[in-house]
Amino acid sequence: MWKPRPDERPASSNQPSQPAIAPPIAPAAPMMKETRQPEPARISEPVRAEVAAHIGKSVLVKGELSGSEDLYLDGEVEGTIELRDHTLIVGPNGRIRAHISAREVIMHGKAEGNITASERVELKKSCVLTGDIRTQRIVIEDGAFFKGAVDLHREGKPEPRRAMAVSTVAAPSSTAAVAPVISSQTSLLEHK
Amino acid sequence: MRWFGGSAEAQAKPTTKTSTAQRTSRRSTGFTEFTRSLAGFDKLAVLDLGPTSSANIAFLTDFGGRVYNEDILRASLDRDYATRQPDGSETLNAQKFFSENLDHPERLFDAILCWDIPDYLHEALVKPMVERIHRILKPGGILLAFFHTKDAGPDSPYCRYHIVNGEVLDLEPRPDFRLQRIFNNRHIENLFKEFASKKFFLARDNIREVLVVR
Repeated sequence: MWKPRPDERPASSNQPSQPAIAPPIAPAAPMMKETRQPEPARISEPVRAEVAAHIGKSVLVKGELSGSEDLYLDGEVEGTIELRDHTLIVGPNGRIRAHISAREVIMHGKAEGNITASERVELKKSCVLTGDIRTQRIVIEDGAFFKGAVDLHREGKPEPRRAMAVSTVAAPSSTAAVAPVISSQTSLLEHK
Repeated sequence: MRWFGGSAEAQAKPTTKTSTAQRTSRRSTGFTEFTRSLAGFDKLAVLDLGPTSSANIAFLTDFGGRVYNEDILRASLDRDYATRQPDGSETLNAQKFFSENLDHPERLFDAILCWDIPDYLHEALVKPMVERIHRILKPGGILLAFFHTKDAGPDSPYCRYHIVNGEVLDLEPRPDFRLQRIFNNRHIENLFKEFASKKFFLARDNIREVLVVR
């Protein structure tokens, strides 16, 4: 009697389960066929829906992995990863032993190797990274483990600071829960 | 040196206290001096031995050069470095630890932020760490370390240090580690005896800040 709206679907419908529009918070629809459906990532935030390709946690890749689309990687890779202008998300089960080159890298899992990201690197709290990072911006969550060097190259970067004005009044902290400055100090002794 | 829990098993045990996660800010004269010294280096290479902090990286990379990060305390909890003794006890294998940590070329760094790690680190690692620091720091390079005074007490929380600006640090209490010992001035001087100079700053919050020049 009522014409169903296109986005409504009865629970017992025998219609094909392929939705007309991908749900906004669903994990990325895998473009590659896999033997089994990967479990949803247990991470603190939903995996971004625009990620196109998905490598599940049972997949092991040895060699060069390159592509021209965003990639969600929850498996194991040994070699190199080249995504140039795209985003790599390493899921919580991801195990990487590779040099990574991408526009943006978001790490939840473990990685050994250097990361070059033309825009940004984000280390989530479950991330364990051993290697050097070269990028423009870096975000590190509390709990992330990182061992290596960071090169921040900023476009339109101002001159590195070379002199500090000691009398400058302390700027307010960027953290909301910061209490007032609690201590002042005096020089105690000096040797040599 | 006063000891609060120097046994091997007590070393790695975090306190059962929950973290208040309430950051406090403190003005640090030692860090101010440290920051002023950084301005004199070209192609700066700084090593931060504390937990990774994006605030620290952002601040230090503003000077140009590279920032290295190595969370020594957290790395020391790795069970791979523990060696079981004939009597069943476990000791930390410092040789193995330093074959995989602080393993940098000689005289690589211009500056090292040690924070208060010596107060919390396993006893077997403290002196070797300072020796390794001496090796990887350039002549004229600087090191900033904090030490609790005897009034701090064994319950002084372990804190992560986040740089706010050239004078102020944010302290984020964490329940991960417990204070192991108190160094007095003489102990600190002995610890850094191979270095060229030491400058002490005493804060009102029972922290002694030491700026060491190699």
